[in-house]
Amino acid sequence: MSVPRFWRSIENRYRLVGTVCKNCGEKFFPPRVVCPNCRRSGEMEEYEFSGRGEVYSYSVVRVPPEGFEDKAPYVVGIVKLEEGPLVTGMIVDCEPSEVEIGMPVEATFRRVSEEGEDGVIYYSLEFRPVRR
Amino acid sequence: MPGRLKRDVAVVGVGMTRFGELWDMSFDELFIEAGLEALEDAGLSGDEIEAIYVGNMSAGRFIDQEHVASLIADRSGMTPVPCTRVEAACASGGLAFRHAVLAVASGLFDVVIAGGVEKMTDVTTEEATSILATASDQEWEAFHGVTFPALYAMMARRHMHEYGTDREELALPPVKNHRNATKNPKAQFRFEITVEQVIESPPIADPLRLLDCSPVSDGAAAVVVCPLDMAKELTDTPVVVKASAQASDAIALHDRETLTGLPATVEASRKAYKAAGIGPEDVDVAEVHDCFSIAEIMAVEDLGFVEKGEAGEAYREGMFEIDGEVAVNPSGGLKAKGHPVGASGVAQVVEIVEQLRGEAGKRQVDGAEIGLTHNVGGSGGTVVVHVFERAD
Repeated sequence: MSVPRFWRSIENRYRLVGTVCKNCGEKFFPPRVVCPNCRRSGEMEEYEFSGRGEVYSYSVVRVPPEGFEDKAPYVVGIVKLEEGPLVTGMIVDCEPSEVEIGMPVEATFRRVSEEGEDGVIYYSLEFRPVRR
Repeated sequence: MPGRLKRDVAVVGVGMTRFGELWDMSFDELFIEAGLEALEDAGLSGDEIEAIYVGNMSAGRFIDQEHVASLIADRSGMTPVPCTRVEAACASGGLAFRHAVLAVASGLFDVVIAGGVEKMTDVTTEEATSILATASDQEWEAFHGVTFPALYAMMARRHMHEYGTDREELALPPVKNHRNATKNPKAQFRFEITVEQVIESPPIADPLRLLDCSPVSDGAAAVVVCPLDMAKELTDTPVVVKASAQASDAIALHDRETLTGLPATVEASRKAYKAAGIGPEDVDVAEVHDCFSIAEIMAVEDLGFVEKGEAGEAYREGMFEIDGEVAVNPSGGLKAKGHPVGASGVAQVVEIVEQLRGEAGKRQVDGAEIGLTHNVGGSGGTVVVHVFERAD
């Protein structure tokens, strides 16, 4: 991913900023330009999510893609945010065997991957279990 | 009626390379071999061809070559015939076939080739994994290290959670498809596997293991389509396209209304059944998109062969065997026949045509009259469904 492409989405990746449609009220993360419910009658504005939610589904990646070779095995999941939307991210700070559907999680800032030794380093919010 | 083809279109010739690690064959050689076989099967010289549609997912990444439409027209000696590349990830082939059918149905052309090709083994496994992940949402899925198998793994996990599908049931489609592939001389994996072998194979993305996944393959497939009237003069065994349907959905899994099925499969098949005037119970043989074990389980449910959540039990009862209620993937499917992504959708058509002609040899489905193909792009963002019938 190029620097400008990453830079464009920094607000979304670092603060979990998505959108809400003022017409129908549905909240979206990742952000959408057009509301799929209201189309031309919709009106989007920014909305910052709390980062709290629960694991909706998950997997443990054993065969990683380029850039993630050093991380495998790692857990990825789809998290249901408390505001409604589902979002994809890593589940960190726990053993793969601890993760289960319904597990409460919260967003946490992480180094995700890097492009070689001299390339761009990508950061983003990911998810970790809520420890009580 | 909306959704119906304006004139009847038939398949009159089919061809495909064997699928596998074909180190000695180039991208264009693969396509040419399949195309020539289809022409020979149709009894045509090549002069009759008015247009070519080619399904290809990612020649740009796999062999560093874009503009493959020109390359293919050129190398196969077909210039200046218009050649168009069609891309919809793993549904590229099915969509190329659809566009060939639509072009003939519109009356613009009479004789058209639809083909698909992918050359995947010139890159490493890590590169192939990254290239295949481009079929998912690069910014919001792949960015987080989510691989393609991981997406289907998350669907499998949810299917197991909601319907109690167990690990053994998940292994049944690959076991069946390997058994079918032993009867297909062009299949990549012509050997049987057991449920235990699937469950104990190396983990790829939990709960999916190596033998749940279709392979990386080289290969091409091609078919010749023309108006049904003309087809009857060319062959005694034309196979008519009864319906062509397509549906889109969100590219990312997290934007779908469910994870336990593909809404685009439900929508495309609903439209296809309506246009063909049939129901799922009328289908004798189907080639469905089994890129992963869970994908075939979801396909047989979403296509309406069984109710949602009941596939596991149906597999245990042998419902989808070659001699079952509806034969699913008699060719061996993507899992065992091989999955050169751009070619797979066209190879499905090749199999259904051979089945409906009664030319499928040891894997022939007895008395097959109605066939269906189901081709999925990405994790379900594009689905193409076709219905075929023997036209005699």
